[in-house]
Amino acid sequence: MTDLAWIEAALVSARPKAVGALLRHFRDLDTAEEAFQDASLRALKHWPVNGPPRDPTAWLIMVARNAAIDGKRRRAREAPLPEDERLSDLEDAESPLAERLDESDYRDDVLRLLFICCHPALTLAQQIPLALRIVSGVPVREIARAFLVGEAAMEQRITRAKARIAAAALPFETPGAAERAERLGAVATMVYLIFNEGYSAAGHDRAASDRAALAGEAIRLARLLLRLFPTEPEIMGLTALLLLQQARTPARFDAGGAVILLEEQDRGLWNRAMIAEGLALIDKAMRHRAPAPYQVQAAIAALHARAARPEETDWPQIDRLYAALERMQPSPVVTLNRAVAVSKTRGAAAALEMVEPLGDRLSGYFPFHGLKGALLRELGRIDEARSAFGRAIALAGTLAEAAHIRTHLDRLAKDS
Amino acid sequence: MLYAILCYDSEDVVWAWTKEEEAAAMARLGTVQEKLAAQGRLGPVARLLPTTSAMTLRKGREQLVIDGPFAETKEQLLGFYIVDCTDLEQALETARELAAASGTAGAFEIRPLAIFRPGGQVKGMEGG
Repeated sequence: MTDLAWIEAALVSARPKAVGALLRHFRDLDTAEEAFQDASLRALKHWPVNGPPRDPTAWLIMVARNAAIDGKRRRAREAPLPEDERLSDLEDAESPLAERLDESDYRDDVLRLLFICCHPALTLAQQIPLALRIVSGVPVREIARAFLVGEAAMEQRITRAKARIAAAALPFETPGAAERAERLGAVATMVYLIFNEGYSAAGHDRAASDRAALAGEAIRLARLLLRLFPTEPEIMGLTALLLLQQARTPARFDAGGAVILLEEQDRGLWNRAMIAEGLALIDKAMRHRAPAPYQVQAAIAALHARAARPEETDWPQIDRLYAALERMQPSPVVTLNRAVAVSKTRGAAAALEMVEPLGDRLSGYFPFHGLKGALLRELGRIDEARSAFGRAIALAGTLAEAAHIRTHLDRLAKDS
Repeated sequence: MLYAILCYDSEDVVWAWTKEEEAAAMARLGTVQEKLAAQGRLGPVARLLPTTSAMTLRKGREQLVIDGPFAETKEQLLGFYIVDCTDLEQALETARELAAASGTAGAFEIRPLAIFRPGGQVKGMEGG
């Protein structure tokens, strides 16, 4: 890795903590971001010459604060920009601070920064781009491509989101335990949604790969949360869930870009290191005996990951886990997923019985018709299967989904 | 004489490498490792999973299991085991057994491996 690449990676990794600490200091998002930007430019200039500081985050915070204060003075007096040498003793900037700062000192700063991004005054379409921009430092042009809008439009969306936040009262006091738990829950949901944006991306074009990168950003945020909250089982569960799902990515699409279902994936392509990390995390979480939705979903993903071949999947246990998830978080989509496990343990007829009552609520949901078609086909009800697949194709959100259903229809044609 | 070379780096940077960066780093290291292996000097090589996957067992009369990596600085790294375990519970069980046998205070950090290459027989190994 070149010096420059290392510095850029260090800046990205320091960003959430540094911007979070600067936000607490300045109580203004734009000032915090600009100050961090300033400090990053100085890092690019100083680190290659003097070597990286022992604690890059602390260095960036200190330099950003000094730069912003100098900037204020400068504007006040319209004096010329001071030389770097006079700014502060940059070499020593981090040493006193580094002694005092460890992960727990950043905890509420990072949480606040993330929590602001999922502020209830913002729509979901604003929350995710704002978090990607402010917390992860993803360039606006990449966010714009991922969401298929122009760069200027995305810039405007982010600016509006920031204006809304500035108008709302921001929580700068140190949160109590209940408040902290609530914020952590909201932030976990946002991280999960960012992951889904990336995970659902398919295809090989530039936009799809920018979108797919969001899954990696989400994993990075989940790991960050876990380091700040190392004893929270639901954050272990969330991180495990994202890793175990992301591990399958290399096997999820065929060369033509069509979706490959879990059972037909080449498990040799799954990312073993991600699986090992995910399994270790879910094992850790379960020791707390405080099951909650992310842990349960991760436990389900873990059972798939542990099966070397699809036939070895522990479907009865997956059925039980989905039943637990249904109780925690009742939703027709969870029931639909449970029906897949039921079709393996009790057969297609039992599964269809479970799926059919969901028709009212899931009539516009692509996977509902896909699963219904597959179950009907298994039961030999070919005409009904064909009509279910027809519905599914009409509802497919991506070409990959449509291509997948088409293979089902082709098989049906062969059967009949 | 056998030496352990322990790797320290910023894990959020290393674990955020792209596939290309990862492959490039591994290729550069691979060249050195192949040379060492050809000289019969390379023992096991391991890469640990991130510290977020770690647990810590405090030794002593009352053993205490804590989420997260070993974080104290007043104790030093003195050695390590590589143990094959079916899951975290078995790894903790193994660590408890070793802790009871060691009879000292201190701690064990239990951390899963991402990569393990056992390596060949190395000359300095017979001395123990």
